[in-house]
Amino acid sequence: MAEELVNVICTFCGSVCDDVLFDVENYKGKKFCKLGSGKFSPKERIKSPMIDGKEVSYEEAIEKAAEILVNAKRPLLYGWASTVNEAIRLGVILTEKVGGIYDQCASVCHAPGTLALIEEGVPGGSLGEIKNRADMVVFWGSNPLEAHPRHPMRYSVRAKGLLIKDRKDRKVVVVDVRKTKSANMADLFIKIKPGYDYPIISALRAIIKGEESAVPSEVGGVKKELLKELADMMVNAKYGAVLYGLGVTQSRGRDRNIENAIKLIQLLNRKTRWIIWPMRGHYNVVGAGEVPAWEAGYTYAIDFSRGYPRFSPGEFSANEVLQRKDCDAALIIASDPVAHFPRASVAHLKKIPVIQIDPFPNMTTLVSNVVIPSAVAGIEAEGTAYRMDGIPFRVKKVVETEYWSDEQILEKMLEKVDQLMG
Amino acid sequence: MTVEVELISGRTLDQGATVEEKLTDEYFKAVSYCELSEEDFKALGLSEGDRVKVKTEFGEVVVFAVLNKDLDRGMAFIPMGPYANMVIDPNTDGTGMPQFKGVKATVEKTDEKVLNVKELVEVI
Repeated sequence: MAEELVNVICTFCGSVCDDVLFDVENYKGKKFCKLGSGKFSPKERIKSPMIDGKEVSYEEAIEKAAEILVNAKRPLLYGWASTVNEAIRLGVILTEKVGGIYDQCASVCHAPGTLALIEEGVPGGSLGEIKNRADMVVFWGSNPLEAHPRHPMRYSVRAKGLLIKDRKDRKVVVVDVRKTKSANMADLFIKIKPGYDYPIISALRAIIKGEESAVPSEVGGVKKELLKELADMMVNAKYGAVLYGLGVTQSRGRDRNIENAIKLIQLLNRKTRWIIWPMRGHYNVVGAGEVPAWEAGYTYAIDFSRGYPRFSPGEFSANEVLQRKDCDAALIIASDPVAHFPRASVAHLKKIPVIQIDPFPNMTTLVSNVVIPSAVAGIEAEGTAYRMDGIPFRVKKVVETEYWSDEQILEKMLEKVDQLMG
Repeated sequence: MTVEVELISGRTLDQGATVEEKLTDEYFKAVSYCELSEEDFKALGLSEGDRVKVKTEFGEVVVFAVLNKDLDRGMAFIPMGPYANMVIDPNTDGTGMPQFKGVKATVEKTDEKVLNVKELVEVI
């Protein structure tokens, strides 16, 4: 068959590349990075809806799932980052109806940044602004060449913008505990000791405030001279961006690291223009937080068991709930917590009824009682997704499929739940 | 012989490219190893393909040993995924976020088998 390329939007990482091409007949992509190529390549699918390993119809699987959710005292409805806003919206309504807990992948990703944002606000900007204006970019605990491979080329390192014409117009700094692939593209790589982000950020704040005498000769494995050099570069940038990753949110300090980093940006903004922004992972993890924020006022760890939404990550985030054994059923959609949660959390998930909605067999499939295969959003189903900077994109359907979309599945499940609850 | 390390987990290109194919050999290869510094690799008498047991106060796991000359002595890296999650710190300190990075661990050479992902789910 002749090659016919259509423009698609990549639904893998938070960069949501909108310039990629897909050969529908031969199922091959062009201009994709390695992650996008993996996403847009043929792979093993969940063949049919299943109850306890036995193949059933969509209607039967959805009815069984609705029964499990209605009969549970406090179900956990988790995932959402790899589906579209339209499905997430139905998921929030479903969680409210069954008096469950809504939590999403950011819970084990960038949620600490949300807590920091609640405390401090966020001096942010779009990827377009970074591309066009940023003469300095700091990747802090982030490794774009492995997690967002086209980000440096399209927006943050080699991108040609309105004011930034060339790579040499931009200074790139990488701060990390190990020399990653991304460290090799930096003008300056600063290696820090694991868990020392907070004191290093505090030292930078002290230097910029003119209180460098308070800074010891070395902080977190970094010589004071190097910290002064970095502080000097930051103050002298016209438009700077700190793009942080899970190196900051998943290590010692977590939300407090981000809070301190935002304070650093606030301080820099008295002298010049800086922004700070997370390098979001899944293509619609932003939507998994924004949609419940429209609907219920919070972005994750939301408990509806009292009939109104309550937010408390120390109580209602998936890992806290599972480790406390405080849920008696789970619906997992567009994520794989058995692969990505600590074993203490997985241990409880193995003991309760689990419903899974996903296109591909994964480790959660192995422990699920009800498995409902879905169409792949961005290839077989359309919808809206937020790029990592909060810009919404309409992702396309370019391949016909027998699989139901997440939206169709959840719509039917809501209908069944309504019938069962009377 | 055992070495003490600070363990971190994180994304790699191969892990990301195979993340929607978790029951395949490609995913297994992408996530079932531990990178060690040259000094620690030598101290443990390891060769490429050898297996190590990584232990923390939260669990233990057997993975393949990989040399990473860019790592500092006393650091170890396991790609994010089920093998790292056998040993990382599940406590969230009220944030909801387990500590996936910066967990104190010991590493020793072992002859034990690296479990595949299906076997791993069974032992949890």
